[in-house]
Amino acid sequence: MSFLSEKNKQAFVTPLNLNNPILVQVLGICSALAVTTQLEPAIVMGLSVTIITAFSNFIISLIRKTIPTRIRIIIQLVVVAALVTIVSMILKAFAYDVSVQLSVYVGLIITNCILMGRLEAFAMTNGPIASFLDGIGSGLGYAWILVVVGGVRELFGNGSLMGFQIIPQSFYDAGYVNNGMMTMPAMAMILLGCVIWVHRSIVKDVDNN
Amino acid sequence: MEHALSLFVRSIFVDNMIFASFLGMCSYLAVSKNVKTSFGLGVAVIFVLLVTVPIDYLLQTKVLSEKGIFGMDLSYLSFILFIAVIAGITQLVEMIVERFSPSLYAALGIFLPLIAVNCAIMGASLFMQQRINMDPTSSQYIGDIWDSIIYAFSSGIGWLLAIVGLAAIREKMAYTNVPKPLQGLGITFITVGLMAMAFMCFSGLNI
Repeated sequence: MSFLSEKNKQAFVTPLNLNNPILVQVLGICSALAVTTQLEPAIVMGLSVTIITAFSNFIISLIRKTIPTRIRIIIQLVVVAALVTIVSMILKAFAYDVSVQLSVYVGLIITNCILMGRLEAFAMTNGPIASFLDGIGSGLGYAWILVVVGGVRELFGNGSLMGFQIIPQSFYDAGYVNNGMMTMPAMAMILLGCVIWVHRSIVKDVDNN
Repeated sequence: MEHALSLFVRSIFVDNMIFASFLGMCSYLAVSKNVKTSFGLGVAVIFVLLVTVPIDYLLQTKVLSEKGIFGMDLSYLSFILFIAVIAGITQLVEMIVERFSPSLYAALGIFLPLIAVNCAIMGASLFMQQRINMDPTSSQYIGDIWDSIIYAFSSGIGWLLAIVGLAAIREKMAYTNVPKPLQGLGITFITVGLMAMAFMCFSGLNI
């Protein structure tokens, strides 16, 4: 099986849009809402989840034939927890400010349903390379939603992106005011609701439940 | 006593798990279709929180911290240890409940395995770990095992309130005429957002 066979490509591409983990499968909502007050933590969180999903998929897929089915959840959790610990320590070492902003939500990647969902649904039945690609696809599908919501919230809440001021001072002088509501938790949910609305009006064949 | 009361009220209304820190959203959205099952899930969450958070508190202070039995800071092991405790305890609780109280098992049984990977449980333990190092005068401070029990119980109640409230609204919403692409998940998110806005008025609450 070649690296970029049709099946692998499928595993990589569908989670980005048609089978998006947040918009369609409704997984991993908790962290998606909590880390999106600004763009930078949203990007870091998206990347961390992508890396962890890809590698945990890869590892579980390698050892899938030796795992007894009865205790598979605990084994999966331990593999994921080990990877999350590594990522959390790397973040603390190289991006301390962001890791303080993310606070407990880095640890909560362990219980992120995207991970468990992909491990159960894909890695337990597919080969390592396909699982790795599927993990990257799901992670990126999760990340782009975070970036959209985080970008909108930072732009309208603080008038900046990645910490750089985007809305010029002349706007403020003319009476423009930042929308403080955008930085509140409530707006995260309403914005995500709107993203889902737009996505569903473009992609028609998603079943509503 | 005063601190306990203030922690209790604060965890229910101000630091509400759903509306302030988005914990346990997955099952919150998936199970909130009718009031009866959502009440069952809420009770199961309170139950599991009450067991796991105090155990994780003891682990954190007696084993993982510098003052613990190993005399060094092992808190980088907390993720693995906490998740193992949570997964193990939910399994154990499920078996005990099944053995001794079939009626309770019939009500809660199906939710217990689901709760093992619920971020509300893990999140409560991680917030508890953060709050141990807080300023003792703050109303969020968790100083001893009783505080951790109160914290677990009251955040569970906050979660139960949120899920029963949303389920009640969704039951009524089944009769409304929502635009097609917004139906289901979209309108649910917007409803939760409006509920969170309502809960924001508690944010200045201080006892």
